Amino acid sequence: MHERPRLTPIQINRDLLRSVLETPLRFYVLLLFLMGLVGLGVFAATLLVTYGLGVTGLNHPVFWGFFIINFVFWVGISHAGTMISAILRLTSAEWRRPVVRAAEVMTVFSLLTAALFVVLHTGRPWRTLYWAFPYDFVRGIWPDVRSPLVWDPSAIFTYLTGSILFVYAALIPDLALARDKTTGWRRIVYGTLCLGWRGNARQWKLLNATGLLLSALILPVFVSVHSIVSWDFGMSLVPGWHVHIFAPYFVVGAVLSGVAAVIALMAVMRSLFQLHDYIRPEHFDMIGRLLAVVALAWGYFYFLDVVFALISKEEAEYEVMKLRLSPPYLYLFLLMIICNVFLPVPIWLFRKFRRNIPIMLLTALVVNIGMWLERFLIIIPTLQRRHPDAFAWGDYSASLVEISLVIFSFGNVGLLLLLFSKIFPVIPIWEEKEGHIWKREFRIGKLRLPAIVRE
Amino acid sequence: MKQAAEGKEQDTSKPVTSIGRRWGMVVDLDRCTGCQACVVACHAENNIALNLEDVVLQQRAINWIRIERYWEGEYPNVKARFLPMFCQHCNNAPCEPVCPVYATYHNQEGLNVQVYNRCIGTRYCANNCPYHARFFNFWERDLDDTHREYLNPNVTVRTKGIMEKCTFCVQRIRKSEWERRQADEELQDGDVQPACVQACPTDTLVFGNLEDENSRAAQLAQNKRHYRVMENLGTDTNVIYLKKVDPHASETSPAHAGTAADAGGNSA
Repeated sequence: MHERPRLTPIQINRDLLRSVLETPLRFYVLLLFLMGLVGLGVFAATLLVTYGLGVTGLNHPVFWGFFIINFVFWVGISHAGTMISAILRLTSAEWRRPVVRAAEVMTVFSLLTAALFVVLHTGRPWRTLYWAFPYDFVRGIWPDVRSPLVWDPSAIFTYLTGSILFVYAALIPDLALARDKTTGWRRIVYGTLCLGWRGNARQWKLLNATGLLLSALILPVFVSVHSIVSWDFGMSLVPGWHVHIFAPYFVVGAVLSGVAAVIALMAVMRSLFQLHDYIRPEHFDMIGRLLAVVALAWGYFYFLDVVFALISKEEAEYEVMKLRLSPPYLYLFLLMIICNVFLPVPIWLFRKFRRNIPIMLLTALVVNIGMWLERFLIIIPTLQRRHPDAFAWGDYSASLVEISLVIFSFGNVGLLLLLFSKIFPVIPIWEEKEGHIWKREFRIGKLRLPAIVRE
Repeated sequence: MKQAAEGKEQDTSKPVTSIGRRWGMVVDLDRCTGCQACVVACHAENNIALNLEDVVLQQRAINWIRIERYWEGEYPNVKARFLPMFCQHCNNAPCEPVCPVYATYHNQEGLNVQVYNRCIGTRYCANNCPYHARFFNFWERDLDDTHREYLNPNVTVRTKGIMEKCTFCVQRIRKSEWERRQADEELQDGDVQPACVQACPTDTLVFGNLEDENSRAAQLAQNKRHYRVMENLGTDTNVIYLKKVDPHASETSPAHAGTAADAGGNSA
């Protein structure tokens, strides 16, 4: 990369292992705060399991609420991992190096959190096992494969398995490094986890092949996961959900929120672990360009969704869209459009703003608020006005239990990421070094031209 | 059940392994007075939780059958129209394929059955039901000894987290079947009466086997006034409504009431 400062391998080791080997005070402060959020969630979940779904705001027409919104949201966030690592690895985008691991790990943790919300959603978590793991072999009752809710766990578990393999394979050389730098029980743990990595030529070759193979294999999963999540809605008979563009529209939305979340994560990591030499403005610059395109694509799909309903005037769907476009939902709708397109896209168009990290962090947060609202607007108003002939329209307002559990989900992902950063290096050290080795500078007259030389 | 799933692939309009039975209901809207006796009977028969004030305000009331009331016309010529609405036992039910655990499926008698023990509470079926006929138990029932006294022993008391809906009083179907079998006889038309049918004072609701051409329900279903609610969705329901015929109907009357063209039709 153009602005890569000259760093010796020893310096890189020291900088990137710092978060693992040293524990500053702010780590504990953050840990306590996030554990508080998780504790709040555990309390709310206890109430939910004890008293049943009555403690939520769900009611007769609105059977799905914050839990499903949050599920879709976190599955969306999880798309960042593959977007960043698999696609950028396959296209050899050099700027991916410092962000791949954080993005992949976020994929794993947000998928776990999303799965948790499906379990909470049923209100009786112990029964949910029966859904994903068909244990009733004796009576021959298997999950009904016609149900999108059976495709869901299949897609999510495939994605989760792939992502965990992805993270782990890329961790092995760094675990070996951590083994060499630690003593005592930690040395034994890292030594076991690194599977006897010695760094010889054959092992490197295998690792590279694994990385490429996993990237290629996980790409179809990446497209399918959010398509399948969208089919939970698209395959139903509910006007406003039974929309044909949902699959690509959801995938684009997922990439938008996920990559924006990676920006936020990068900004936080950069200041928390003092990684100024590794996560540089140019990385934000590149991601900003990517996001500008994705946000416009999302805007196009949303425009189609609204316009199809308004122009076709199919009675039931029109009713839903009318509710979505009238107060109070109109305000949320406008906020969403502003958050997702009108505010961030102009910012991302300017190089000066793309390289300004506080502004990029702000746009990332704004986009995620917008994307959460998008899922809200898809799920809630639609259920409120389900089929205009029927006599059961209603309202929905989330209860404190649901709100606490949404807060918990952010705390949970944050806590898991923090603990991960304590145990494993958050920036792939070997990839960083690889980038340094490949870096060359050519002189053409007076011009110095930075370049990457690959074997 | 396995056979049921296979059979459905081929022909959705007929019950699977035809045992010559497809339970259905005919609702003559010309006769309905909106008295709600069916609602009360259903609650008593099927151990439905009491809809106390707070539950109703939470919009979580459970009514397996409800009377939808539509107002028609401008003041002072306002007319109330009633439409009893309950599970339509669709032959092509939207609720069935979305359940991941086969908690709801179509049985051999054309009934859309709900298996409480399998239900895990995804509530997808309820979202997908265009008739709003499915109800979820948000709270655990608080039954004291007095309450237990009036429970129907033939019907399960549902726990929290379970989806429930009209069963066409399947326990009564089974009872009549058993009684006839004891006497080595076939089930006759009129043997089975769900609680709502039994309670209806105006004979609005007629229950019977729609496969049997001679049953009263099948005969009534041939009536010129017959229609099915939201037929455009392709749900192919087993509940057939007979339009209300109103000689004074205005030409702008809504779809549910009889139109001027039907006014001369044969009222039952």
